[in-house]
Amino acid sequence: MTDKLVHLTIDNIPVSVPPDTLVVDAAKQAGINIPVFCYHPKLHPVGMCRMCLVEIGRPLLDRASGEFVRDADGAPKLQFSPKLETACTTPVTEGMVVITNSQKVADARREVLEFILTSHPLDCPICDKGGECPLQNLTMEHGPGQSRFLFDEKMHLDKHVPLGELIYLDRERCIQCGRCVRFQNEVADDPVIAFSQRGRALEIITQSTPGFDSIFSGNTTDICPVGALTTADFRFAARPWELKAAASICQHCAVGCNIVFNVRREALQGGRMVIKRVMPRQNEQVNEIWICDKGRFAYHYVESPQRLTQPMIRKDGALIEAEWDEALDLVAKKLTAYGASLVTLAGGRLSNEDLFNLYSLTHTQGGQAVLYSYMAGGDLTAQVGIPPQTDLGKLGAGCVILVIACDLHEEAPLWWLRIKAAAQRGASLIVLNPRTTRLDRYARHVIRYEYGAELAALSAFQPQSRGDLPEPVRSAVKTFQEAENVIILYGSEGLGLQESKALAHACAGLLIKTYHIGRSNNGLVAAWHNANLQGAWDMGFSPINNLAETLSKAGVTYVVATDPAGDDPQLAEALQHSGFLVVQDILMTETVKMADVFLPAQAYMERGGSYTSGERRLQRFYPAVPPPGNTLPDFAITARISQRLGRTAEEQSPARILLQIAATNPAYAEMDYQLLAQVHEQQPLMGRHDLYYGGTTYENRQGLGAHLSTAASRVEPLNIPDAPPPPVFPVQEGLLTVVPTTRLYDRGSLLIHSNLLHQRLAHPTLTMHPKTAEAYQLSRGQTAVMLLEKTPYRVEIDLDEDLPHGIALLPRSVGIPLNAPQAVKLRPES
Amino acid sequence: MITITVGTATCGVSAGADKVLETLSSLVQEKGQGKVVLAETGCMGMCYKEVLVEVSNGDGKFLYGDVTPDIAKRIFEEHVLGGRPIEELVILHNYQEGPEEGYLKRQRRIALRNCGFVDPMSIDDYLARDGYKAIEKVLKTMSQDELIEEILSSGLRGRGGAGFPTGMKWRFARQQPGSEKYVICNADEGDPGAFMDRSILEGDPHSVLEGMMIAGYAIGARNGVIYCRAEYPKAIVRLRQAISDATAAGWLDHTFPGTDFSFHIKIKEGAGAFVCGEETALIASIEGRRGTPRPRPPYPAVRGLWGKPTIINNVETFANVPWIVLNGHEAFASVGTPKSKGTKVFAVTGKINRGGLVEVPMGISINEIIYDICGGIKDNKKFKAVQMGGPSGGCIPASMGDTKIDYEEITQTGAIMGSGGMVVMDESTCMVEMARFFLEFTQNESCGKCTSCRIGTLRMLEILERIVEGKGEAGDIDVLLELGNQIKSTAQCGLGQTAANPVLTTLKYFREEYEAHIHNKKCPAHSCALLVNYVIDPEKCTGCTVCAKNCPVNAISGERKKTHFIDQAVCIKCGKCITVCNFDAIYKD
Repeated sequence: MTDKLVHLTIDNIPVSVPPDTLVVDAAKQAGINIPVFCYHPKLHPVGMCRMCLVEIGRPLLDRASGEFVRDADGAPKLQFSPKLETACTTPVTEGMVVITNSQKVADARREVLEFILTSHPLDCPICDKGGECPLQNLTMEHGPGQSRFLFDEKMHLDKHVPLGELIYLDRERCIQCGRCVRFQNEVADDPVIAFSQRGRALEIITQSTPGFDSIFSGNTTDICPVGALTTADFRFAARPWELKAAASICQHCAVGCNIVFNVRREALQGGRMVIKRVMPRQNEQVNEIWICDKGRFAYHYVESPQRLTQPMIRKDGALIEAEWDEALDLVAKKLTAYGASLVTLAGGRLSNEDLFNLYSLTHTQGGQAVLYSYMAGGDLTAQVGIPPQTDLGKLGAGCVILVIACDLHEEAPLWWLRIKAAAQRGASLIVLNPRTTRLDRYARHVIRYEYGAELAALSAFQPQSRGDLPEPVRSAVKTFQEAENVIILYGSEGLGLQESKALAHACAGLLIKTYHIGRSNNGLVAAWHNANLQGAWDMGFSPINNLAETLSKAGVTYVVATDPAGDDPQLAEALQHSGFLVVQDILMTETVKMADVFLPAQAYMERGGSYTSGERRLQRFYPAVPPPGNTLPDFAITARISQRLGRTAEEQSPARILLQIAATNPAYAEMDYQLLAQVHEQQPLMGRHDLYYGGTTYENRQGLGAHLSTAASRVEPLNIPDAPPPPVFPVQEGLLTVVPTTRLYDRGSLLIHSNLLHQRLAHPTLTMHPKTAEAYQLSRGQTAVMLLEKTPYRVEIDLDEDLPHGIALLPRSVGIPLNAPQAVKLRPES
Repeated sequence: MITITVGTATCGVSAGADKVLETLSSLVQEKGQGKVVLAETGCMGMCYKEVLVEVSNGDGKFLYGDVTPDIAKRIFEEHVLGGRPIEELVILHNYQEGPEEGYLKRQRRIALRNCGFVDPMSIDDYLARDGYKAIEKVLKTMSQDELIEEILSSGLRGRGGAGFPTGMKWRFARQQPGSEKYVICNADEGDPGAFMDRSILEGDPHSVLEGMMIAGYAIGARNGVIYCRAEYPKAIVRLRQAISDATAAGWLDHTFPGTDFSFHIKIKEGAGAFVCGEETALIASIEGRRGTPRPRPPYPAVRGLWGKPTIINNVETFANVPWIVLNGHEAFASVGTPKSKGTKVFAVTGKINRGGLVEVPMGISINEIIYDICGGIKDNKKFKAVQMGGPSGGCIPASMGDTKIDYEEITQTGAIMGSGGMVVMDESTCMVEMARFFLEFTQNESCGKCTSCRIGTLRMLEILERIVEGKGEAGDIDVLLELGNQIKSTAQCGLGQTAANPVLTTLKYFREEYEAHIHNKKCPAHSCALLVNYVIDPEKCTGCTVCAKNCPVNAISGERKKTHFIDQAVCIKCGKCITVCNFDAIYKD
């Protein structure tokens, strides 16, 4: 940006922009909106729609001297090209003169709009895009008042074409701008939709089975400049102008995508406010303007009939609805009685404020604050994580991103997008994983290791490692050692809690040894499996190895926002043995069914709070819909329990809780809700009244959040625990070692309520190399029985030649409690 | 030894050359072993006389036209075996005398120098006519810059239609950094009525290969691609043979002694899209993407195939190159006009007596081609107009027949030189219908990428369709003019920008025909079926009832020996009555 700028004038307004800026973007900086349909600042320009045609003059160059030819009065002599030029494909040049307001330009715009409208149905009154439609807006501004063509000659095409079960295409409305196709090709790298035919028969088709098979498909509906692409969820559901926008943060992975819940009052719901759709909210430091389909479609649990809205107390073996006071008094009584034997088990979707109150209660009670997670290292990321001023969206040459034990496309889709883009900008991507993932294609170096050998694989990167390494490790290490900046990102591919702990420790150690800490664009990132696991660690929670044992010995167990009993029969059994069981949740779960007291909480979109993302960005979400029934926010419930135990605890305002957090945790020292609500202009400009680039909700008016400092960036002494004992990879004669993998569309307790995604959910499928299957006399499609801690589970067998021999893969959260590598007995189902 | 040569280019084959060849082949087997050689050759231009058979013996070369298997038998018996040429069937003797001598007299053959004279499947034939001497000369005596200078000085301009100076294009590509560059031969000849490139590929493939090699040397490329439309199977077969022969003979894929130059050529078959003749679409197609144009700049000379500097020249351009190298730029530049040098090949079709390929020096007039070379209009009808440059070109009216063949002069008329299609029209051609035909073609072939072409041309076509159906409305002409001019200035690529040319030029020169269609619901050429009335002339009608008996819809009534009458409401304009009337009593109105 500090390069020398190019100077030009647009409608006589002088503009100075960096070289290679396109005329259309330069104009936007001058406050001039050149209308566009096919152009999108996030996509490669193609100049298809012809809407952005402008007159362009360039100073005449004297070929001999290279100087401008000048008039008598010294002004450079201009040469206008005989034809109009597309502002979206033309880069600025020095001395360029752009005219966007001439009659010639107006005529061209009118003509192009007239052409488009003669082929476009005027069904705006029933179109989902009506009200936030670039075509509608540009027609009002530049179009002809009336068509000269015959209404009867309008083309009629299919209006309800399901490209997949999530996205519908209205062929009549499509103006063939190709934004969707380019998004899928360039950004998502899922070229599953394409143009077919030619001329006026040109149409969008899907080329995949199932149709439109991309986890980013919903974004095409946002950038579609007409109502041609709509989601199955939102089509014909509401009009944009009826919708209110509540800013929020996606809660389905660690990325922390900025989103908006669009809500309206709905007669069918008795006049309640209901969520009609989820849209991305621009935050160039986090998710730009994209979200994945899980984030877009997984909100339906909030309206599930299984929501619980009244406290319950177990009486005579059955859970009976009760009043808050009765339930809370009972909990307080038990806590008073059993004192220090409290075990609080918290889930990673709770907000920082909830977790802070929970931890305070547990801590002052002398209990144990346990995080329900199979990943570790939150203490390390807090110290050597990526500090402020780090932006994945700006990483490029000179930067190494090392991704280990992670299927990033499934574990954190938006990070996959951004790291892929960083690699395309020149960052060196090193991928270490036991099997092929979709990140490999962009990696400069791909290193395969055997499941269980992640520590050994990483050790090659230690500074003292010898030079006699085999390829491709040697070149990868060389790249790593020459890098100015290094970010290491670890996931949970094939890892359990112990393995995760060891890996996180090794990654942190490597960064510390190579001095890649405390500086921007350097540090450790964990691809957490929940939205706020980092926040939970920061609030004092951590996972433990012997969870079942700990639960079974607890005097009081307080389970919040998680369902251990539903996940794992062993944990269910442990809860049977534990003392008094308090469960706080929003939905009916197996754990709730075991509760002695049930406390109904509010879903996160029913109250305010903050999440800390995997990048350690603190971001605020706002209430979007009113809470149902007799529910309370988690932090308030906990506060009321604390108050009954004679302690002060904030129960009204999460903002005040964040102030308490800021006072106790140095990383959060500067943080308050006002800071998190601050915005500054995001480039490229997306919002503004013109809406050329998508829906109405892109513009981020409610806050960009703030990046937390790390111990290293604050130059505090580090407190790195001793290396945990290296885990032993379970291999046993006659048993098959099964390793867990993470899938985006798993059968998690929230996702399962979104019917729309059911076709895509992972199944209990055991995937292995054909040779491995042969050894167990199994074949593709067969059902087998897997014995896990004596419980038999039915699994379907799938084969993949790309996998290493001797192991099998099983997705997490598909009803089988496998969260760490384990050797299991496997037999074909009789 | 007697040689019988049969023209087996596509034009010959479609007239029945295969059968003639078969007949002759068995005759030679049977009776001519050891005395008679049977050979094939490409198109020599006289497509109107196909099948052409040449008998060459001590008495010279005798060319027979319109040969059928029966005539072939006679030729074999009487001429080949009997030694007596069949005088009444010989159309040309030694390419000089005979009934068709006029066809060749005004022509000057540079690009077509070997077509019809060599067996395209024989590299030896090509070598015998100075084949691969040019590349040898270049490699031995010329630097890259000298070669480019030579081509620049010759004044050779792209024969694909736009007429960009070939040497200039090469120089741009030469100046680009990098060692990976490409030469592409554009053989995606798609204009309706154009077959110049096909004839060169089928008749003299080696000259194109040699031209590409020379271009490769000039810009520093080692690889060439011929993008040939799949609708030219014969051309592709012959190209494959030529490439394989040239490779075996050490011309291709072979480092020339004393240089580091070697050149590889592969063929990429098109998949039937007209727009792939546009260079950026062509490149996209080679790369395996949708054949759609992209905005320029960057031009292919800067970023072309696989993002590398690439020159794209058309078949005829490459065919000229070896000749220029061997004969020098002066020889080439001495032919033609100040700005348009050399010759141009035209495919003359339509209402013309001698339809076929002609290669003429630049500067000759349209009238000279039509009358002097091609023998004027068929059936003694009146010359009305000529459509030049295919669907991207325009109509030049007969009144401007003196226009010279010169890039700039033709452009001034509103038409373009184009790749060389010349569709000749007589008074029975309706210009509105003609414009509609070409627009329908471009509309069908529009890739659909840009709005102006995808939708704009369709809107124009709809208006034209209404006009030829008699449903034109006042104001249609103004809308057509405005749309045409807008599409011209807003479409992305050459196809869209020129799509309206046939409409705009016919509006310029034949506006009254449009007006007649719109306001009077009449087609002055009596061509648009729905606007023609069949009328019985009471003066001439004898009441013989033949017309009434033959009318398939009983639209004609009348008593015997009394004047008949056609009910216009019933008439389906099939024209049967005109053909059966013995008294010329029925006419079109």
